[in-house]
Amino acid sequence: MKASSFGDKLFEGLCRGAGILVLLTLGGIIVTLFIGALPALKQYGVAFIWSDAWNPVEDHREEYGALVAMFGTIVSAILAIIFAVPIAFGIAFFLTELCPPSLKRAIGTAIELLAAVPSIIYGMWGLFVVVPFVQANIQLAFGEQLAALPLVGFIFETSNFAGTSLFTAALVLAIMILPFIAATMRDVFEQVPPVYKESAYGLGATRWEVVSGVVLPYTRISVVGGIMLGLGRALGETMAVTFVIGNANRMPGSVFDASTTIASVVAMEFPESLAGSLKQSSLFALGFLLFVISFVVLAVSRWLLRSRLKA
Amino acid sequence: MSATTLPGSHAKDADVARALGRRRKTMDALVKWFCVAATAIGLFFLASIMLTLLWRGLAALDLNVLTREFQPTTYGDPDAPRGGLAHAILGSLVQTAIGTAIGTPIGLLVGTYLAEYARGSQLGNAVRFVSDVLLSAPSILIGLFIYQLVVLPMGGFSGIAGSLALAIIVIPVVVRTTEDMLQLIPNTLREAVIGLGAPKWKMITLVCYKAALSGIVTGVLLAVARIAGETAPLLLTSFGNNVVNFDLTRAVASLPIAIYQQANSGFPDLIEIAWAGALIVTLGVLAINIIARVVLRSRH
Repeated sequence: MKASSFGDKLFEGLCRGAGILVLLTLGGIIVTLFIGALPALKQYGVAFIWSDAWNPVEDHREEYGALVAMFGTIVSAILAIIFAVPIAFGIAFFLTELCPPSLKRAIGTAIELLAAVPSIIYGMWGLFVVVPFVQANIQLAFGEQLAALPLVGFIFETSNFAGTSLFTAALVLAIMILPFIAATMRDVFEQVPPVYKESAYGLGATRWEVVSGVVLPYTRISVVGGIMLGLGRALGETMAVTFVIGNANRMPGSVFDASTTIASVVAMEFPESLAGSLKQSSLFALGFLLFVISFVVLAVSRWLLRSRLKA
Repeated sequence: MSATTLPGSHAKDADVARALGRRRKTMDALVKWFCVAATAIGLFFLASIMLTLLWRGLAALDLNVLTREFQPTTYGDPDAPRGGLAHAILGSLVQTAIGTAIGTPIGLLVGTYLAEYARGSQLGNAVRFVSDVLLSAPSILIGLFIYQLVVLPMGGFSGIAGSLALAIIVIPVVVRTTEDMLQLIPNTLREAVIGLGAPKWKMITLVCYKAALSGIVTGVLLAVARIAGETAPLLLTSFGNNVVNFDLTRAVASLPIAIYQQANSGFPDLIEIAWAGALIVTLGVLAINIIARVVLRSRH
């Protein structure tokens, strides 16, 4: 009797200890990023966040700021969401309402496998397939017409025809997050009680009316949660973006200009920065900012999804 | 489809209703074709990636790639020795194995805590939330964390640091599947075991784990597939190496890093080897994913 109660205490202690270790890991990430960022924050203060400087010359005139990388991170992620959401919705709608049952599992699995492809592969495919495609079939074919558009033309006006650009990065990101958003949408669409849908069909509603009038209103919180989950992924994606964004640390004037993101600046410049240097500290500060941004997005996403998925 | 017509309405209303019905049907057909097109686009991307990999990867894949270490570019000289990816393949296997070996028990215990001990408790909710955030957190930040925690104190990039970074990525994946699978076990099973006089830890380890085994194995396989292709955290922890190295206190090569470096080298012969590596990684990761699905399905 005594031995088994000791075993119980030990096992419960182990389980709880492992749980606390997870909390400590997240705490450790925050603390180590902040400690690493301290020298840069001391040097530049809060102005680091809105400074667009990035001059890593190795004497005492080096200067760093977060604005360009933050701008690139947020713009590429939001563009990716704009590209991905309609397609993801189409796939989720197709899988729940239109797909013949015999194909449902195969197509669903194929979309999930798209999510399993490592990001380095997206990067390589992006560099050797998507970049030339954007260069030849979008920029060279439509670039001038787009730039001539009234009011919004400046967004497309560029002197960079390399194909590696903010636009290409957003496109590759969109393809990467597509399966995540589609899978979440499909899962929440499937949780709509069939009675609701059948009632609407019984009133003579078309499939689109059932989805827009019943399914979407019923699931809208979770759908937004799924989109936020995709946004969180897009913000922190590193390798795929590094391959195709052009890695230029200056403010892009157009979606076809080369740019950079926080994650790709860190991946490109951190391995060659000196331990303890101001540059390394600035990269830690960028990492800290990325952590704050993506933590907020992921936390909101979890909160929105929890209410429906666990019900 | 004329749900809007009422009995006794005028002929004009019938016309309006017909027009409305046509518009509703057109809208429905448009949305339907949009959805079919969206699915086709999604499948097209998967096909494009796979065909590109097979086409460029198979052309470059030979025994040299699997058995030789890195060699600098041949500059098109047919007599120069061609390099391979043996160092990277071995490095990836070692780091993935150690990362999984460290991360799996911790993830299993956390999942057990959430499902068996912490239902509804404050600490349990906090752990579940943090684990879910870690599941989607940018992996490069885990690299920065391990850099501060392990690489700086050790004085250099190391295989240990790389394995630890991968272990942190494994944990939340295993937590998620373990908790989900343990929660599927009916409580009557637990009551039956407790009713026999078994202590709770025996109930969990001998009965619940056994009942949830296929789900837990699936979780571990998905975690392996996830870390086998991870690049960003390794860039800041184990960094990469050009030779076979089993000394985990020094920099160790990995397949994703070797692909990254050779794909960006600009030399056609190195890019070819990178394609072969990309094919190996993708086939491995997708095969593990498919096996994971089969394992799960065999039980349900």
